[in-house]
Amino acid sequence: MSHVKPALLVLAALTLLCGVVYPLTIAGVAALFPDRVPELVGQAFTAPGYVWSRPTATKYDATTSGATNLGPTNPALADAVRQRIAALQAADPGARGPVPADLVTASASGLDPDISPEAAYFQAARVARARHVAEAAVRDEIRHHIEDRTFGVLGAARVNVVELNRALDARFGGSLVP
Amino acid sequence: MSEIIVYAIVLVALAVPLGAYMARIYRAPLARWEKRLFGEHEQTWREYAVAVLVLNMLGIAVVYVVQRGQALLPWNPNGLPAVDPRVAFNTAVSFGTNTDWQAYGGETTMSHLTQAVALGVQNFVSAACGMAVLVALVRGFTRRHADTIGNFWVDLTRSTVFILLPLSVVLSIALAQQGVPQTLAGQDHAALVEQHAAQTVAVGPVASQIAIKQLGTNGGGFYSVNSAHPLENPTPLTNFLECLAILLIPTALCFTFGRLVGSRRQGVALLVVMALLVVPFLALTAWAESRGNPVLSSLAIDQHLGNMEGKEVRFGVPASALWATVTTAASNGSVNAMHDSFTPLGGLGPLVLMQLGEVAFGGVGSGLYGLVIFAIVAVFIAGLMVGRTPEFLGKKIEAYEMKMASLAILVPVAAVLIGAACACLADETYTKALGNPGAHGFSEVLYAFSSMGNNNGSAFGGLTGSGTFWATAGGIAMWIARYWIIIPTLAIAGSLARKKSVPPSAGTLPTAGPLFVVLLVGVVLLVGALSFVPSLALGPIAEHLGG
Repeated sequence: MSHVKPALLVLAALTLLCGVVYPLTIAGVAALFPDRVPELVGQAFTAPGYVWSRPTATKYDATTSGATNLGPTNPALADAVRQRIAALQAADPGARGPVPADLVTASASGLDPDISPEAAYFQAARVARARHVAEAAVRDEIRHHIEDRTFGVLGAARVNVVELNRALDARFGGSLVP
Repeated sequence: MSEIIVYAIVLVALAVPLGAYMARIYRAPLARWEKRLFGEHEQTWREYAVAVLVLNMLGIAVVYVVQRGQALLPWNPNGLPAVDPRVAFNTAVSFGTNTDWQAYGGETTMSHLTQAVALGVQNFVSAACGMAVLVALVRGFTRRHADTIGNFWVDLTRSTVFILLPLSVVLSIALAQQGVPQTLAGQDHAALVEQHAAQTVAVGPVASQIAIKQLGTNGGGFYSVNSAHPLENPTPLTNFLECLAILLIPTALCFTFGRLVGSRRQGVALLVVMALLVVPFLALTAWAESRGNPVLSSLAIDQHLGNMEGKEVRFGVPASALWATVTTAASNGSVNAMHDSFTPLGGLGPLVLMQLGEVAFGGVGSGLYGLVIFAIVAVFIAGLMVGRTPEFLGKKIEAYEMKMASLAILVPVAAVLIGAACACLADETYTKALGNPGAHGFSEVLYAFSSMGNNNGSAFGGLTGSGTFWATAGGIAMWIARYWIIIPTLAIAGSLARKKSVPPSAGTLPTAGPLFVVLLVGVVLLVGALSFVPSLALGPIAEHLGG
C-alpha cells in the first residue's frame, strides 16, 4: 500500500501539468495565429461550373470524419469507382483521356480539400462551358492555384479546391449559387 | 523517395543530441525536490513493478470514470453523452497501456475534458512508464551486487517533465502555427462556396493532443480519422514533423542506451538492427502502393499517383507509405491514410512490423527493452552454438533470464494468435465487426489483434471494434501484452543487478559488431516468421494471389 500515496500524488500533479496547464498554455499561444479552418477543410461541389472535390465517405460533414475503408479487392470499391467515372463522363461527354485516380477514389478523411493538378485540369473544359468563359482562362486560374511540394520534397503537388472555386467566382463574376 | 531520405537524415541528426540529453537527465543525481517528494529510497525490481502497476491501474480507473461521467463534467461544449461502458473500458486500458487503439470516433464521442485531462495525461504517463522501465533495465546491466534498480517515481517524473513535455510544447506550437486548432470551443464555422450557408467544423484542444500522441508513440487522435484529418495534419510540413516525432524518441533512446551502458557502439548496433528490420518492409509498402490498385487497372483511370483510395492528396503515396511503416514499426498506430484500403502487399508491411513484437523502434522505451530481451535470446543461441555461458554487456545470462525473456516474447504472440482465433469463432465478428468480405476480412481480424496484442493501436479502420466481444477481448489482449512484458523485463533487471560483472574474454561474443547485428535481426525475423507466416498466408497473401 506504500505505493498508493506516491501514485496519487504523481497522477494528480501530472494531470494538472500535462492535462490542464499544457493545453491551456498552447491555446494561449495558438490564439496569436490566424484561424485557417476555412481554407483547410474541404467542401462538396456539385454544380458543373465548379471544380469538384474528391469523393467522400462523409459528404464533407466536418462535424465528423471518416473513410470508406473499402479493401482493395472488395467488389464495392470497383463498382463505386466505375460509377464515379460514368458520372464525370456524363457531366462532360467530351472529356479526354483517363480520369485521374484521386478524382474517383474516396479520401482518407472524407474532408480532403485538395485534388491533384491533373484532376483540376481534367475538369477545366466542363467548368469553362458552364461559366461561358474560355477554357484557357480556367486553366490559367488552375495553374495559379497549384501548390508544389513543400521545399520541393515534402508531400505532393496539389490544388486547393475551395480556394480555387472562390477565385473562379471572383474572376468570372459572382457566385453560381442559385 | 527523396522525402524518405530527407526523413532519415533529419531523424538521426535530431536523435543524436536528444539521446545525449536524455542520458544526462537519467544520470543526474537526485534533486532536492525529488528527495523531498519521493525520498532517497530505491526500489527492488518487485517494488518497482508494483509501483508501475499501481500507477497504471489508478490511471486506467480515472480514464474510465471521466468517460462515464463526461456528460456531467465541465468542458463538454458539444454536449456529448457518457461513453458506452464497453468502449470506455476498452479505451481506458488502451490509453493506459500506450496502445491507443480507438474503438470510437474522437470528435463525436469524447468531450474536450476527456481528451485533454483523461486521454492526454495517459499519453504522457504511459510513454514515461516505458522509458522508466528501460532505464531500470539499463541499471540491471550497469550495477553489480545491487538489490535495487532505481526509483520508479523519479524515473517517471523526469521522463515526463524534462523530456516529453518540453518536446510536446515545441511540436504543438509548430502545429498550431500551421493551422492545427487549439481552442476551448467545440465548433468553428466556414462559409460554404456553393451554398448560402456555413459549414460546421469540429474543433478543440487538438494541437496539444497531437504533439504528445506522436512523440509518446501513443497514436490516439483527436479526430476519428486521426492524422489524415485536414485539421489534425493540415500540410506536408506538419505531416513531416508528426511523422518525425513518431521515431524521434525511440531512435534517440538507442543513443541514450549506449551512453548509459558505457558503450556507444552498442547503442548504434541496436539502432542498425532496428533499421535493417524496417527498411525492407518500407520498400515493399512504398512499391506496392505506388503501383496503384491492380483491380482498378482495367478501368479508364490514370493511377500514376498510386493507390489513392483512403489517401489524402497533400501527402501523396510516398509520405503515406512512410507513415504507415514508421507508425507500425514504432508502436504509435496513428495513421495519415487508411491501411484497410492499402493493396494486399502494401498492408502486409505494417501488419508484419507489428507482429515482429514492436521491437524495431517500438514504443518509447518499450521498443528498446523489447529488443534487449531479443538480444538476450540471441546471445543465448550463440552460446549454445559454441558451448559457452552466454554474456551480454558483462552480465552472465542464465536460466532465470532466459525463462523471463521467453515469457516476454511468447506472451504477446499468444495474445495475438489466440485473440484472433477467438474472434473468428465469435458471431459478433460476422454480424457487426467486419468491414470487408473474404480474405481481406480475415486480414482485418489479424491486423486488429496484432495491433492490440503488441500495444500498437493501428487499425484496418473498416473493422468495428465497439461490440461486447471485441471491446472486452481487445482490452484483455492490450492488458496482457503490456504488463506481461514489463514484469519479466523488470525481473531480468533485478536478477542482473545482483550479479557481478564478468570482464570480456577471448571467448566473449562481441555484441556491438556486424556478426551480432545479423544474428539479432535473424532471431527477431525467425520468431516472427515461425509465429505468423501461417496466418499471413490466410490473409494478405491469399488476397494478393486471389485478387
